[in-house]
Amino acid sequence: MKNQDIMTVNGIPVPLEGESNVLAVIRKAGIQLPTFCYHSELSIHGACRMCMFEDEQGRLAAACSAIPEAGMNIRTNTKRLLKYRKTILELILANHCRDCTTCLFSTDCKLQDLANRFQIEDVRFPNTNTVRKQDISSLCITKDQSKCILCGDCVRVCNEVQNVGAIDFAGRGSKMTVSTAFNIPLGESDCVGCGQCSAACPTGALVVRDDRGKLWDAIYNPDVIVTAQIAPAVRVAIGKAFGLGKSESAMGQITAALRRIGFDEVHDTATGADLTVMEEAAEFLARLEKGPHEYPLFTSCCPAWVQFAEKKYPELMEHVSTCKSPMQMFAAVLKDRHGEKPQFHVAVMPCTAKKFEAARPEFKADGGAFVDLVITTQELIHLIKESGIVFAELEPEAVDSQFGQMTGAGVIFGVTGGVTEAVLRRVSAAKSQNALRSIALTGVRGMDGVKEAAIAAEGGELRIAIVSGLGNVSKLIERIRAGEHFDFVEVMACPGGCVCGGGQPSAHFDEKKARGEGLYAADRLMSAKSSDENPLVANLYGGLLKDRSHELLHVSYGTH
Amino acid sequence: MTRERSEPEVIEAILEKTGIGESYVIAILQAVQEHYHYLPQWVFSYISARLGVGIARLYSVATFYENFSLEPKGKYVLRVCDGTACHVRKSVPILTRLRAELGVSAEVPTTGDLLFTLETVSCLGACGLAPVLTVNDKVYPAMTPEAASRLLAGLKETEL
Repeated sequence: MKNQDIMTVNGIPVPLEGESNVLAVIRKAGIQLPTFCYHSELSIHGACRMCMFEDEQGRLAAACSAIPEAGMNIRTNTKRLLKYRKTILELILANHCRDCTTCLFSTDCKLQDLANRFQIEDVRFPNTNTVRKQDISSLCITKDQSKCILCGDCVRVCNEVQNVGAIDFAGRGSKMTVSTAFNIPLGESDCVGCGQCSAACPTGALVVRDDRGKLWDAIYNPDVIVTAQIAPAVRVAIGKAFGLGKSESAMGQITAALRRIGFDEVHDTATGADLTVMEEAAEFLARLEKGPHEYPLFTSCCPAWVQFAEKKYPELMEHVSTCKSPMQMFAAVLKDRHGEKPQFHVAVMPCTAKKFEAARPEFKADGGAFVDLVITTQELIHLIKESGIVFAELEPEAVDSQFGQMTGAGVIFGVTGGVTEAVLRRVSAAKSQNALRSIALTGVRGMDGVKEAAIAAEGGELRIAIVSGLGNVSKLIERIRAGEHFDFVEVMACPGGCVCGGGQPSAHFDEKKARGEGLYAADRLMSAKSSDENPLVANLYGGLLKDRSHELLHVSYGTH
Repeated sequence: MTRERSEPEVIEAILEKTGIGESYVIAILQAVQEHYHYLPQWVFSYISARLGVGIARLYSVATFYENFSLEPKGKYVLRVCDGTACHVRKSVPILTRLRAELGVSAEVPTTGDLLFTLETVSCLGACGLAPVLTVNDKVYPAMTPEAASRLLAGLKETEL
């Protein structure tokens, strides 16, 4: 028997199992080496030098970029290494705006965490970056140069994962910054607002734009009623912040919390998603009847994808579904009711790009927006905390009865593959539980960035692709241009779908995956699985939407 | 005389020589700078579209290297070497004299008529000829403030 290759970490033997870097071996040994610039899904940067180790000869190397070899004998916690790490932290802190108490990222900040962990009591160097340098031009993301530690995580996410390339390093040495081209405001750049940069940022240099103030103004305004819709992905991401741990749906508690904050009505975006399924399925079937198309029908739920297509692939816009997103469909329906007081409609979303979508001129009528305000899961968590609501002790409540019916199809919209599965349930002739269950096995589920499925249909099979992550979208578009055929492509800008949205609390991959599973669990508990089984949908089509479904539920994006 | 009007034919001619691809970015930017004496802003969006490289990435490359300029430069770029050897052989008086005669400074190195840009460089690698200055790519060895002044007067004369 061949002896297994072994490395020694702090005196403890660790078997090598094909790890791509020493850092992974060290983590396997149960040691959490500090890192700023290492993300397993990004290329190796090796800039922060926090993950250094020392070998027997006293040589130092960064674990993230060192290749593991059998027989290596390394230590991660020598006196020298600890001193170096503290010095690195001190140097970063000397160039970092340290207004922790007024920073949105406080308690989530990796720099703050490591400064505590290494007990940095004093910074020997004068602070060269004490004043905020904010760019508030984007509706989605706020950038603050004074808190940037130049780890480059945002740059690599924006370029490698999302293929947007709105930001990059500029300048050199002490003058280096993360910048848009020519340092133009972020809101005028190629940025599509997906927020994945802020999800990767270890400090408060890139944060979700905070719109809580506008919400409180509406809540305290006696002349409006404040209505809310809550997106599917929010309910499986909020619990951890309040010690609930698991990623099961906290929809009941969120509903209860919003009522306590002062909302007059609470609705579930899953209801809007059921409308989207009906419209998107109809559009897809009508398109198929017209005969084969060179390009597939691209979904349109994701506002970052829509903006990405507008900016990078304007010629594809005619193949993007005309369906409004679930948020906008539902908002159009909700705003079509005219009570005594005007409505201030708030959408609670996992998404930073929804803030941009809500402000688009296409979604305004009579001067007002259908969605008056979008707040993200992160902002909702802050709202609940600032209201003093003990979230974990709330008794779950149901949403308002007027639009209180939704299906499992609408709930799974929040995870990659969910839109496709919902549409397939709708167009499937067989509606038994088992028939619908078998759709889940066609390859539509899972967190892979590109999934493909072939579905048997009249006159041949339908080829479907499900992509998440805009970089993957670009790759798929290249394949289609090279001649590959697809009939339907679901696109979500954030890798993993809305559960991994830029407005969600930061999380590791396992937790993001668990959020998706939380949505499938919620789906299993729903008696109606297919959107056409939602009695409310039938009522709406017979009533409010009669002869007006195109006007209220579809959109034509202007060319920008 | 800033060249903010797009001249695609200029860039196309450059691309023909350098090749089209991310790995040629520096060569392309160098050729553009040789033509315009700086990197006009419109060039970035044009090259970005042609190469499929983001504008922010091009800007990143252009701002990393001291040699690239985003500001228009003069027809004559005068570089006074202030490396150690030139410095000890009195390069500073040359610089002071030229600045005074041109009416430029470290912050505003280019004359208003876009004829002259005066810069310092850390070392030209010609220490044996110190103090050295260059006009565009021509090297002038063993300079003095007076010689530099005469050189400048000669350049001004050719432009009359």
